[in-house]
Amino acid sequence: MKSVDLVIVGGGPAGMSAAVAAYDAGIKDILILERDKSLGGILRQCIHNGFGLHRFKEELTGPEYAYRYEIQVKERNIPFKTETMVLDISEDKVVTAMNSTDGMFQIKAKAIILAMGCRERPKGALNIAGTRPAGIFTAGTAQKFVNMDGYMPGKKVVILGSGDIGLIMARRMTLEGAEVKAVCELMPYSGGLARNIEQCLNDFGIPLMLSHTVVEIHGKERVEGVTIAKVDDRRRPIPETKQYIECDTLLLSCGLLPENELTRAAGISIDRITSGAVVDENRQTDIEGVFACGNVLHVHDLVDYVSEESDIAGKAAARYIKGENAAALPCTVELETDGRVRYTVPQRIVGKEDVTVYFRVADVFRDIKITVRDGERVIISKKKQKVAPGEMETVKITKDMLASLEGNKLTFSIE
Amino acid sequence: MYDVVVVGAGVVGALVARTLAKYDLKILILEKESDVAMGSTKANSAIVHAGFDAAEGSLKAKLNVRGSEMMEQVTRELGVKYNRNGSLVVAFESERKEVEKLVARGIANGVKGVRLVERKELHELEPNLNDDLDCALLAPTGAIICPYELTIAAVGNAMDNGAELKLNFEVSDIKKTDGGFAVTSSKGETVETKYLINSAGLYSDKIAAMTGDADVEVHPRRGDYMLLDRECGNFCSHTIFHTPTKMGKGILVSPTVDGNLLLGPTATDILDKEDTKTTAEGFASVVSKANDNVKNLPLNKVITSFCGLRAVGSTGDFIIKMNDGVITLAGIESPGLSSAPAIAEYVEKLLTDAGMKADVKVDYNPIRRPAHYFKTLSMEEKNEIIKKDPRYGKMVCRCESITEGEIVEALTVNPRATDIDGVKRRTRSGMGRCQGGFCSPTVVELIARELGVPFESVTKFGGASVINYGKTKGDN
Ligand SMILES: Cc1cc2nc3c(=O)[nH]c(=O)nc-3n(C[C@H](O)[C@H](O)[C@H](O)COP(=O)(O)OP(=O)(O)OC[C@H]3O[C@@H](n4cnc5c(N)ncnc54)[C@H](O)[C@@H]3O)c2cc1C
Ligand SMILES: Cc1cc2nc3c(=O)[nH]c(=O)nc-3n(C[C@H](O)[C@H](O)[C@H](O)COP(=O)(O)OP(=O)(O)OC[C@H]3O[C@@H](n4cnc5c(N)ncnc54)[C@H](O)[C@@H]3O)c2cc1C
Repeated sequence: MKSVDLVIVGGGPAGMSAAVAAYDAGIKDILILERDKSLGGILRQCIHNGFGLHRFKEELTGPEYAYRYEIQVKERNIPFKTETMVLDISEDKVVTAMNSTDGMFQIKAKAIILAMGCRERPKGALNIAGTRPAGIFTAGTAQKFVNMDGYMPGKKVVILGSGDIGLIMARRMTLEGAEVKAVCELMPYSGGLARNIEQCLNDFGIPLMLSHTVVEIHGKERVEGVTIAKVDDRRRPIPETKQYIECDTLLLSCGLLPENELTRAAGISIDRITSGAVVDENRQTDIEGVFACGNVLHVHDLVDYVSEESDIAGKAAARYIKGENAAALPCTVELETDGRVRYTVPQRIVGKEDVTVYFRVADVFRDIKITVRDGERVIISKKKQKVAPGEMETVKITKDMLASLEGNKLTFSIE
Repeated sequence: MYDVVVVGAGVVGALVARTLAKYDLKILILEKESDVAMGSTKANSAIVHAGFDAAEGSLKAKLNVRGSEMMEQVTRELGVKYNRNGSLVVAFESERKEVEKLVARGIANGVKGVRLVERKELHELEPNLNDDLDCALLAPTGAIICPYELTIAAVGNAMDNGAELKLNFEVSDIKKTDGGFAVTSSKGETVETKYLINSAGLYSDKIAAMTGDADVEVHPRRGDYMLLDRECGNFCSHTIFHTPTKMGKGILVSPTVDGNLLLGPTATDILDKEDTKTTAEGFASVVSKANDNVKNLPLNKVITSFCGLRAVGSTGDFIIKMNDGVITLAGIESPGLSSAPAIAEYVEKLLTDAGMKADVKVDYNPIRRPAHYFKTLSMEEKNEIIKKDPRYGKMVCRCESITEGEIVEALTVNPRATDIDGVKRRTRSGMGRCQGGFCSPTVVELIARELGVPFESVTKFGGASVINYGKTKGDN
């Protein structure tokens, strides 16, 4: 069996950044395996701009951002195989993959980085009653039809869910001549970025109907309309508020789910909230030498954070391969949340250096304090005017704080 | 002039055609939809019932027990999945009498191995059962299959043995002629045949009326289902029914042959034979009744929901009759799937008894290559194939691991798929947890390429179910 120091599964921004970081840290024997026709991941179909504001201090489109990393990969001659699907990862780090030229093959890796990204939640998961005609797509599928294939999957559109892809598709379909009649959002707030609501809906006069959902789909062969209704504070539809909207297309933008079949099959622990692996600050999972980063770990709204996280994973994998990482220490500090903070990444800290902790909140909260406690003792208290589920938050746990911890638990809360 | 025309390509018509295809006969299958298996056969519980349900002495009982015995061989020959997982009919203490009656009926119907299991054994068999359940009927011969896979394979095997299939042919008129019948479609196409088999499911009454038989009555009874992710396929190993009522067998919880978990069906009598809308009430009822039988159902793992229509006959039994060259198969509600091989055998006998003269073909081949054979090969065997045809190395559907080679096969092997749902039923591409989100654009491309049709004319399931409305501005 062929062996390679570092196998990276997925050649999106996460996989590419991790490869570059590992290479620059001295690991040259790398192989990136990517299922799609070329590197770039989901960014290849995101032809709008708004990428790279943090990382490159300029506004790039998705393909431009991806291209910057692709160049870095190619400049370093980091080997990659496209149109290659990874089918299995074993606990002892044997990667099984398949493509048309090599057939099915196996590689023994010293370390593996998981960077498989995420997929959209399909209609079934939402259990909308009614017929099952053509014309129901996830926003990402529609995006692929429009941006990659050059075809219009709809003319009169209702969008359910106000995730970023849905917002961006509202604008894209409008620019292509479709009529976007409404964006319905079950929650009383949008899951998308504020700037996308401004630029994709408000600028085009598309109504955002908060606390609304689609209760029935009509049409036998192609969608002919949907019935929407307002929901009460327990998210149940209010029958008297039902209204019919004529449309030929329903786009779903109801959240993304990390793509962790391989991770699960390998026996790696999964966080119930993020649906990604449980990791430490090196993004190492509970299988030594297997790391995860990007959307496969938790859903990011900004690709800049993906790159940041992937740098960490790439460098840590390099240290691991060189034998500089002590075997995963028995967990030193567990990070816990109060529910108002939904989750944190990482979920545990095993080292002594500064750690940036990423997290999301469960609801919109105003004039609050983000608090981190060591037992009863408050070690961080950060004032914020507003936090929302759509925007990722960060706090930094410094090495001084870690050095002076009394317990082995840190609790994150909103107060 | 055909020897036999079969109207309706559901599981019943498919197995009839396949059974008759062993004779030197000119056979034609007519189906109004764009694919086979689009009626009741597409959306049902997929259970091969052991045969304890139907009243003693009824056609249902006889054909069910016989069909269930035949099913293992039929599925082996046709290369479709079959899993004898056993059925349990569970009961609370208050329902014990009913279950005991069922066990007695099972024994009377000749169901092998049927017996009562008590609380302790029951909960050992299925740890996720509701703690309050007291006892159950266990039928070890109960099995699960995939009804559309069976139907596609049966039609394919019939075609490989010379039968013909016409899709999008809605029979709208039947005239008696000198030597048989002239069967005309709603588009005006006419075919002639000596014998006519009416296996039109919900519309078997309409077809019967066209042949001059006004006595057949069939009405639709709706059933809503929910399907859970493959992560949940191990939730239970048996098919779990509740003690039946007169509306049917209640809500079942069952693994499927593909490893998903199926919940349903409801039972609502309706008037419209096309009304397969799912309803919020239906979902609620599925969930609440499933919760009577099992605990900790992972309802957040639902990946799709659907609705099927039973063709309920007016007599309470299957209606099977032969009259002047017409065989009517009506009211084939549950256990129609289980009985289908036996119904086909019965039809064969009716025809030969009626003096139909035909020899068995010398080159008749009952075997069809398994539709999912590629998945079962070893790495070496797969590599042999990929070397010859690189399309088998190109993954299209990542949830179910389906390659381009397998999709092209679905578009070229009898009976050929012509739309996205057809590809989906043959390969499972798009049936996984993302429900086609990722692969459907590629599948559209492959259909357009293989069938030589424009991208925007590709449909979900024929008719007006188009996926795209033409090019974007930039591409015009
Ligand atoms: C539609 C959309 C709109 C967005 N809009 C913005 C925006 O406006 N601004 C912004 O900054 N960020 C935006 N983001 C966020 C950002 O682009 C993503 O978070 C980022 O692309 C995630 O990178 P990734 O590498 O983790 O995942 P991906 O880009 O999804 O890459 C994962 C790669 O892994 C491959 N893969 C998966 N499984 C396998 C396997 N088994 N074998 C081989 N390969 C595999 C996939 O094909 C894919 O190429 C958006 C995200 C989405 C989904
Ligand atoms: C909710 C539900 C659960 C069930 N569960 C089970 C179970 O677990 N086990 C079991 O054994 N059975 C079960 N059944 C019963 C089983 O599904 C049916 O008995 C079986 O599918 C009937 O097959 P069929 O070929 O008679 O009918 P169909 O599958 O309905 O086929 C009839 C075909 O005729 C075509 N057709 C109609 N009119 C015309 C026309 N004018 N011209 C041309 N074509 C026409 C239709 O399009 C259709 O394809 C269940 C049924 C339902 C609905």
